Amino acid sequence: MFLIHGLETFGRYLQLMGKTFSMPERWRMFMKQYLKEMEQLGVDSIIIVLLISFFIGAVICIQIKLNIQSPWMPNFTTGYTTREIMLLEFSSSIMCLILSGKVGSNIASEIGTMRVTQQIDALETMGVNSASFLILPKIAGMVTMIPFLVVFSIAAGFIGAYATALMGVITVDDLTVGLLHDFNQWYVWMSIIKSLFFAFIIASVSSFYGYTVQGGSFDVGKASTNAVVSSSLLILFADIFLTSLLS
Amino acid sequence: MIEIKHLYKSFDDRYVLSDINAVFREGITNLIIGQSGSGKTVLIKNIVGLLEPERGEILYDGRDFVRMSKRERVMIRREMGMIFQSAALFDSMSVLENVMFPLDMFSDKNQAERVSRAKFCLERVNLKGAEAKFPGELSGGMQKRVAIARAIALNPKYLFCDEPNSGLDPKTSLVIDELIHDITQEYHMTTIINTHDMNSVMGIGENIIFICDGRKEWQGHKEEIMTSTNEKLNSFIFASDLAKKMKEANT
Repeated sequence: MFLIHGLETFGRYLQLMGKTFSMPERWRMFMKQYLKEMEQLGVDSIIIVLLISFFIGAVICIQIKLNIQSPWMPNFTTGYTTREIMLLEFSSSIMCLILSGKVGSNIASEIGTMRVTQQIDALETMGVNSASFLILPKIAGMVTMIPFLVVFSIAAGFIGAYATALMGVITVDDLTVGLLHDFNQWYVWMSIIKSLFFAFIIASVSSFYGYTVQGGSFDVGKASTNAVVSSSLLILFADIFLTSLLS
Repeated sequence: MIEIKHLYKSFDDRYVLSDINAVFREGITNLIIGQSGSGKTVLIKNIVGLLEPERGEILYDGRDFVRMSKRERVMIRREMGMIFQSAALFDSMSVLENVMFPLDMFSDKNQAERVSRAKFCLERVNLKGAEAKFPGELSGGMQKRVAIARAIALNPKYLFCDEPNSGLDPKTSLVIDELIHDITQEYHMTTIINTHDMNSVMGIGENIIFICDGRKEWQGHKEEIMTSTNEKLNSFIFASDLAKKMKEANT
């Protein structure tokens, strides 16, 4: 029963994506929506990304210094491990999990409200492909902005780690040596590539739950929760697959 | 003109519309009336293509909407304007942007011409000066007037109104009814209004179709209602004591 329901939902998701990925009716209108979504989904998320990354970078640095670093290990271990955690997992996967909560619920509730207040019906009656008009700019906007958010997150994490040096947890020299030790540029690209997939999952899955809402405000809230839960789970599954593929 | 022939629609093996036949002419206000749950909204949603009928034909000036390709449907939809029960204005857009939306999507006019057309439509519904406001800042009646302005922006041939007076006071309802009636005559549109507002029925009902349990029970002009002997129609129209007394006085 659960499997059949899952397959049905997946089928409806694919149908919606089929409707979404069609040529925009008016490029002028698409670009207007696209810029709006880049601002709403990307630019408006910068502060939270910077804040969380800063503090997580600092906390990782402190935890590693206190719990892992020992006299038997080189002094750069803390900086090196902080960098690897930020690059390999936090700034892509964990940041996208956090964004699935902020951006995912925003998308699902916005489109869901449009559905229950007949705004989507109004678009359809006018002859507008509502799925393409509403969802495509969100997916495009999110996928465009996510590499910037990842880079900002990595940078903020490192600044957070340096902030612990001011607290005397680690010396600036040790941290710098660690952050630069055996640096592999591919890890940055890997982080960005993974985040592109996660951005697609967040925008498309949340749009699906919003677009298919039936009922009233209670159902919009439920759709919003389902969107966050589903996109988070899918991000975790995709992370396993992408990490083994790209490593 | 819109013609409906032998239209059927069911949900979960239960027929919500059965063998509906009707003709809606241009230049007059056509009303679909019936009690809640009678199938009025399902009928109008079938006519505009938001739902698919089981059987039957929906002819827009002879063009069968049911059997049209997706592309043909998109083209015919550009000849339609619709006013929803909840006004369905885009709440992230200002009043002017709402009215300009169909023009931005489908018109080849330049920006200045589009703005001028949108402002003309807003003036037509007596909303001059409200261009910069957002739907959330407007009263229910004003929202309906913006919806009318948006619906007529592209000069549609067909206008559909799903309970346009829902949630409005009687005086504002009259204003909305008069506006729809005047616009219908002015632009010679085929207008279909879904309502259970008796003031609308007696005020602008030039061609009324009464739906009961998914079937067409009665069709006629507002003046024929007073003398109708259809029991179901009479029990619906003259449900209140005041209306019953009016009917008795009239007959």
